Amino acid sequence: MRSSSNTIRTNRAVTTLATLLAGALALTACSSNDDKDGTESHSTTATGSGLSLPKLDGTSLEVAAVWTGQEQKNFKQVLAEFEKRTGAKVTFVPAQDPIINFLGSKIAGGQPPDVALLPQPGAIKQAVQKKWAKPLGAEAQAELAKNYSQGWQDIGKVDGKQYGVYYKAANKSLIWYNAKAFENAGAKEPKTWPELLTAAQAVYDSGVTPFSVGGADGWTLTDWFENVYLSQAGPEKYDQLAQHKIKWTDPSVKAALTTLAQVWGKKNYVAGGADGALQTEFPASVTQTFTGGDQPKAAMVYEGDFAQVNIGETKAKVGTDAKVFPFPAVGSTAPVVSGGDAAVILKDSKGAQALATFLASPEAATIQAKLGGYLSPNKNVPVSAYPNTVQQTIAKALIASGDDFRFDMSDQAPQAFGGTPGKGEWKDLQDFLKNPKDVAGTQAKLEKDAAAAYGSGS
Amino acid sequence: MTSAAAAGVPPAPAAPKRRKSVTGTRRTVAALFLLPALVLLGALVVYPIGYSIIRSFYNASGDGFAGVDNYKALFTDDGIRTALKNNIIWVVFAPTVSTALGLIFAVLTERVSWGTAFKLVVFMPMAISMLAAGIIFRLVYDQDPDKGVANAVWVGVHDTFAQSSAFPKAHPGRESPLVARDGGFITKAPVHTGEVVALPLVGVAPDQMPDGAQKAAAAKPDPAGITGTTWQDFTRGKGVGRLGAPDPTELGYSGMKIEAVLDGKVVATTKAASDGTFTLPAKADGALLRLPAGNFKEPYNGVEWLGPSLVTPAIIGSYVWMWAGFAMVLIAAGLAGIPRELLEAARVDGANEWQVFRRVTVPLLAPVLAVVAVTLMINVLKVFDLVFIIAPGSSQDDANVLALELYRKGFAEDQPGIASAIAVFLLLLVIPVMAFNIRRLRREVRR
Repeated sequence: MRSSSNTIRTNRAVTTLATLLAGALALTACSSNDDKDGTESHSTTATGSGLSLPKLDGTSLEVAAVWTGQEQKNFKQVLAEFEKRTGAKVTFVPAQDPIINFLGSKIAGGQPPDVALLPQPGAIKQAVQKKWAKPLGAEAQAELAKNYSQGWQDIGKVDGKQYGVYYKAANKSLIWYNAKAFENAGAKEPKTWPELLTAAQAVYDSGVTPFSVGGADGWTLTDWFENVYLSQAGPEKYDQLAQHKIKWTDPSVKAALTTLAQVWGKKNYVAGGADGALQTEFPASVTQTFTGGDQPKAAMVYEGDFAQVNIGETKAKVGTDAKVFPFPAVGSTAPVVSGGDAAVILKDSKGAQALATFLASPEAATIQAKLGGYLSPNKNVPVSAYPNTVQQTIAKALIASGDDFRFDMSDQAPQAFGGTPGKGEWKDLQDFLKNPKDVAGTQAKLEKDAAAAYGSGS
Repeated sequence: MTSAAAAGVPPAPAAPKRRKSVTGTRRTVAALFLLPALVLLGALVVYPIGYSIIRSFYNASGDGFAGVDNYKALFTDDGIRTALKNNIIWVVFAPTVSTALGLIFAVLTERVSWGTAFKLVVFMPMAISMLAAGIIFRLVYDQDPDKGVANAVWVGVHDTFAQSSAFPKAHPGRESPLVARDGGFITKAPVHTGEVVALPLVGVAPDQMPDGAQKAAAAKPDPAGITGTTWQDFTRGKGVGRLGAPDPTELGYSGMKIEAVLDGKVVATTKAASDGTFTLPAKADGALLRLPAGNFKEPYNGVEWLGPSLVTPAIIGSYVWMWAGFAMVLIAAGLAGIPRELLEAARVDGANEWQVFRRVTVPLLAPVLAVVAVTLMINVLKVFDLVFIIAPGSSQDDANVLALELYRKGFAEDQPGIASAIAVFLLLLVIPVMAFNIRRLRREVRR
């Protein structure tokens, strides 16, 4: 699939040196040279679904996103297709987390990128409040209405106006498991929380640690919590807690933490113990689950669909060696927690609008879907575009959940609470992983940090 | 910011404002020539400092005057207080250890013929950027002994003295006759002569079994003693199988220690054979059988270098690795300037080498040592990259230093007011050290 797109475009490697605050990383950015006579003939053949994009020869656009590595490379192929169709030149600007602050400095400097991909609904709201974001034009909105369910359209709205195009989605209600370890243990894919505990016990009895937790990154822990909470306390409470309308000292939080402690707190259930898990970063937590043959460091790892990018680094094959089951139902229904990146226009222009329209189209999403490691909330992306059955299942589950999904809670919270390493919810849940007996103390700390963060109104 | 401030002070004495200079240059001409430098310094040093100070009195969004609230936060916020505490640890230990090591290296290498080669090696880390050194040490301190060198060495040394056991994760399965006690497992009911006892456990994978473990066999009853089997009651791929009885492919716990405990006293001990069977003499009649904790000792996992308590010393270690070479080279240069006669004279007078070092070399080197230590101190006050990279997210809070907190407040938490206050505070901390350095420099010039 990649070879076909490579033959269409002629490549020119443009190296840009992106100096990240964390240090100087040399990223090789690859943008395609628009070969005009080649473009014309191909764009007419490729445009099948009636997506019409204006001719934008001579325009240059900048797109900022936090994606790195393979993800960035794949996205650039999508941008290349846009260049091919319109003749515009698109540059990818690597940003760093938190992107809203990155954009803040860009905007203060008077040079915002034309389009930015914002990972949190809270960030879109901030961008609108600060008057950075520009509303979508008619074409983009039409494209969006055609391809997206109401729920996905709504989370891109602020005060009734459409600002964001959710280009990329994440299904964060999945548990990946080492098929071999499950087979050795005679364990079955669980559908409910008690079944999960039974499967874990079977795995443990067979001599493999059941869970791998990437506790060095706090967000994996907040995602664990959100799944348990959404399923156990229900969507209404979930929304209230996300907006801090109920306190973290609420009994429902206590119940969720207690449930969580059944996994986190059980001796030998977490690979490396709590201390080891707290020093395991997310990528390592995935790879250690799928390396080591019969004797992996752990049998299951919880995280979203994007974990398969890390599985790709091991010898395990997604679908045969690495399998996946939806996060089991703790309460009455299984949770669907999702995340996503929305394209938001920061500099209104014909080109930026066209790019937003393109990103809302199934054509753009299909290109990246074929490359793997990507999930689109676009319901018109054919399921067959995903490279393997596992991804097809995940995509189907996401589309099927319709408007019942809930967006990642920590992504909705203020940055200081839900998105800063070593602070707020991340830190509090890390402390909880270390000491799972202290439910009340954890709640008190969460409430204290939440009150400070929500109170400051940032 | 802090180093920029260091550069900001010299121009003050340099501007001649009183009268015509010796060469007869007019003041306007002098000012003209100074202008480019002044503009640059003003725009790049004075203005940022000034603006930081002003910004530190405003709130997060920058439109409301906050008074000294941001400074109050400096001393009430837990994060900043840990940062402050860690900064003090850094300033006290990092420069002194680096300087001491540098001094030792310099004095010792002076006397060996391959000293230059040694110095080259010690100085080498200086050629590496802080970022790269951070990444290297993140790996060195990795908890997993298979990845982290520090723990590989530590575990290697530890394991030569203390063997780990064969069944670290074994535990009773469902409906087990065993209960956990004191880290081991003990039967619920006493055993009697002529009885066949089953001591099943689960949780040991076939690959982890000791070499030579064979398929578990049911023990034959012996009227003169107690017999039994201890084995892994778990068939791969099938689960427990027949509960409490060995299935065809289940392995015996070869080498498992078994104690018979009667009224709290061990009356007999034995070891399981390779098929898991064991026999105990008749005197164990009525005793409880215990699998002592020694069987289940967890493999030693090394030191938690990057855990909350050791993370700061560990990062200081990586800093010393980088900067001891720098200290050594400067001190070696100073050492070369010491008059040999003084050392010779001391030796002739009968001083031993330690006395020469302590009473002659070190006092003569004192000015150099002071320069090195002070330079490192300034360097350490603004340490950021090593901490940012080496400390994993979970212990970043424990490893926090002021510069990192500044970054986090300013760029991750959107609190530029507090971040500016930290910057100003750091500047205040650097000023006395700087003043000391400048005064020393002036004295040097006058001499």
